[in-house]
Amino acid sequence: MAHEKNHDYHILAPSIWPMLGGVGAFVMLLGAVLLFHGYGPWVALIGLALVLYTMYAWWAEVIAESRAGDHTPVVQIGLRMGVIMFIISEVMFFSAWFWSFFKHALYPMDAIDNTWPPPGIETFDPWHLPLINTLILLCSGCAATWAHHSIAHDNDRKGLVWGLALAIALGVIFTVFQAFEYSEAAFGFAGNIYGANFFMATGFHGVHVIIGTIFLGVCLLRALRGHFTPEKHIGFEAAVWYWHFVDVVWLFLFFAVYIWGG
Amino acid sequence: MADATAHAHGEHDSRGFFTRWFMSTNHKDIGILYIIVSALLGLISVGFTMFMRLELMEPGVQYMLLADGTPNGHLWNVMITGHGILMMFFVVIPALFGGFGNYFMPLMIGAPDMAFPRMNNLSFWLFVAGSSLAVLSVVTPGGNGQLGSGIGWVLYAPLSTTEQGMSTDIAIFAVHLSGASSILGAINMITTFLNMRAPGMTLFKVPLFAWSILVTAFLILLALPVLAGAITMLLTDRNFGTAFFDAANGGDPVLYQHLLWFFGHPEVYIVIVPGFGIISHVVSTFSRKPIFGYLPMVFAMIAIGALGFVVWAHHMYTVGMSTTQQAYFMMATMVIAVPTGIKIFSWIATMWGGSVEFKTPMLFAIGFIFLFTVGGVTGVVLSQAAVDRVYHDTYYVVAHFHYVMSLGAVFAIFAGVYYWIGKMSGRQYPEFWGKVHFWLFFIGANVTFFPQHFLGRQGMPRRYIDYPEQFALWNEVSSYGAFLSGASFLLFFGIVFYTLFRGERISEPAYWGAHADTLEWTLPNPPPEHTFETLPTREMWDKQHH
Repeated sequence: MAHEKNHDYHILAPSIWPMLGGVGAFVMLLGAVLLFHGYGPWVALIGLALVLYTMYAWWAEVIAESRAGDHTPVVQIGLRMGVIMFIISEVMFFSAWFWSFFKHALYPMDAIDNTWPPPGIETFDPWHLPLINTLILLCSGCAATWAHHSIAHDNDRKGLVWGLALAIALGVIFTVFQAFEYSEAAFGFAGNIYGANFFMATGFHGVHVIIGTIFLGVCLLRALRGHFTPEKHIGFEAAVWYWHFVDVVWLFLFFAVYIWGG
Repeated sequence: MADATAHAHGEHDSRGFFTRWFMSTNHKDIGILYIIVSALLGLISVGFTMFMRLELMEPGVQYMLLADGTPNGHLWNVMITGHGILMMFFVVIPALFGGFGNYFMPLMIGAPDMAFPRMNNLSFWLFVAGSSLAVLSVVTPGGNGQLGSGIGWVLYAPLSTTEQGMSTDIAIFAVHLSGASSILGAINMITTFLNMRAPGMTLFKVPLFAWSILVTAFLILLALPVLAGAITMLLTDRNFGTAFFDAANGGDPVLYQHLLWFFGHPEVYIVIVPGFGIISHVVSTFSRKPIFGYLPMVFAMIAIGALGFVVWAHHMYTVGMSTTQQAYFMMATMVIAVPTGIKIFSWIATMWGGSVEFKTPMLFAIGFIFLFTVGGVTGVVLSQAAVDRVYHDTYYVVAHFHYVMSLGAVFAIFAGVYYWIGKMSGRQYPEFWGKVHFWLFFIGANVTFFPQHFLGRQGMPRRYIDYPEQFALWNEVSSYGAFLSGASFLLFFGIVFYTLFRGERISEPAYWGAHADTLEWTLPNPPPEHTFETLPTREMWDKQHH
């Protein structure tokens, strides 16, 4: 049993990041509870910083390993499977918000006169800003796919960079518009079931848009540094998959929450 | 790593202590860490139950008292909540899925490690972070001006949304971290299973334990995120004034129960299915026969997993569902008895005509089959909506789910420990004391929980600190059983320490004989740091030609 590997799987050296991430998560969540109970944000912020630093350092290491050639074809298959499984779990996470929304919209309680939207709630007109935002997000998805095709089929680095830049710009515009829409809302998050469902579902979607935008942003930086080839661009592919997932969730939100439920 | 000298026994490990155990990317070491931490948490959780059974031994409140001598119901509620949260999230899943799953699933499929070895360790550390929060929630300011939250592990609204203090928020975040840990673990297990099987090992040649881990991983992947959503709503209801479960503002507390049990029923199978895998190997090994009906066993696990997602509301027949809904959930629930029956009968058929040897793991496996069958039968009783009207929230339910979980899943854990401790440590446990442990625990657990069926039938409700005189007899018996089980746990820890430091060394890789023929039995005891650096050939694992 000599110490050399005769297979293509990725065997990793010991790493401090998992433990640091665990400690960071503990401090962050304990800090969040302290924040909720009026003890100030500092513990939570320290934890958050630790978590963010861990993420940065860890993924920087993953990119370095990828550049060093550790991601053999079989490892690449595994990475793709991992991303798909992660997105499946995200779908189930969103199903909780949709479950709550449909329950309350289909079977409104006595306290809101068994009507949906509840009495006194002034909802958004779906055909104004929400429609524009839908088109913006779909265009962003198209731009991401343009970038993907550029690298995967044509090895066109210019198309990759411009497609990504456009996708990110549209993503940022979407977030800004969404923030504007929130500021105009005639209902609050607290004290009414419509606002709770609305802000929780669209809010978690918004968080995912921001995460996806950052993910695409990292890919843009990597593309500018000459990363990604037609044969191997898993980090980028994962970002695009994630972005399309965020797109699809939005379509469900748009049709269910804004049009049908508004 | 360039050191070419062979270190067959891994004793001259070049890694330092901190590097090996705190920065691990090694599935075997992470598996051991999982088992150790879950054992410690199990000890805390069992400690809670000892205190509870002591209190319930006689009518009246004798021990859980406030300073002025009046009964402290809050403390009681904190105890059941702590016991439930620890057992459901931080003891059984980490031991079976995180511990044995990590250690043996990659070995059985001939993989050199997990697909994402570093993320594997993140799962472990998130589990540690989560369990620290869970323990912390017991001793932080909570409801009724006391420490801890007394809301039950199910965290039902509006109880959980109105409980004062930080404790409940900490408990909710503990469950969040447990969920994140399990989901990352599930992604890892699924990818490892699908992508890293030894050359030639097609899906239906994979050992049953590895299959059980795959099924469990999918259940975790699909069920845990829904729970994360549900408890996030609890969190915002508690801290940001949202109205998800607040009927006064148009919310619906029953929605929480639906979301919880949509996770909660698959959770039952998340807990038990890895046990199915272990039991299959143990029964086959000690019957000296290949497992009977390999393919039906695989499909039975898949069927149990799939059906587990469509039966959740049988936990809540009494919330005011329509008769049609109740009829559906009743029927769907009873269907699960079919694949479960396939498993039970296949284990019995494996033993049938075999040369059965009653070593400790086999005793625990047979104990599992017996107890799980008892729990399964009372499960079919409870699945009937009309009968559940009588049994709901009585000790009959407590008896039922402890037969399935505390006796089913925990017996599977012990079967696994005795089956594999020689492989993991290089030292064999003392057979006599293993058997003593089994009999103490088997008798103790049955004496604890069997009388609870009677209490339930007499109408004793669960989750109370006190009870009227007429329930005194069986409560006293039940408490004696609990103390016996508690003593058996202490004996178990003694056996483990004895094994690790004084146990007989075993050098034979396949020390249970020829019918323990999965790949871990081709490796030294304990296996070296890196296993299958040259991938196993087909002759190493394909001995049965199913």
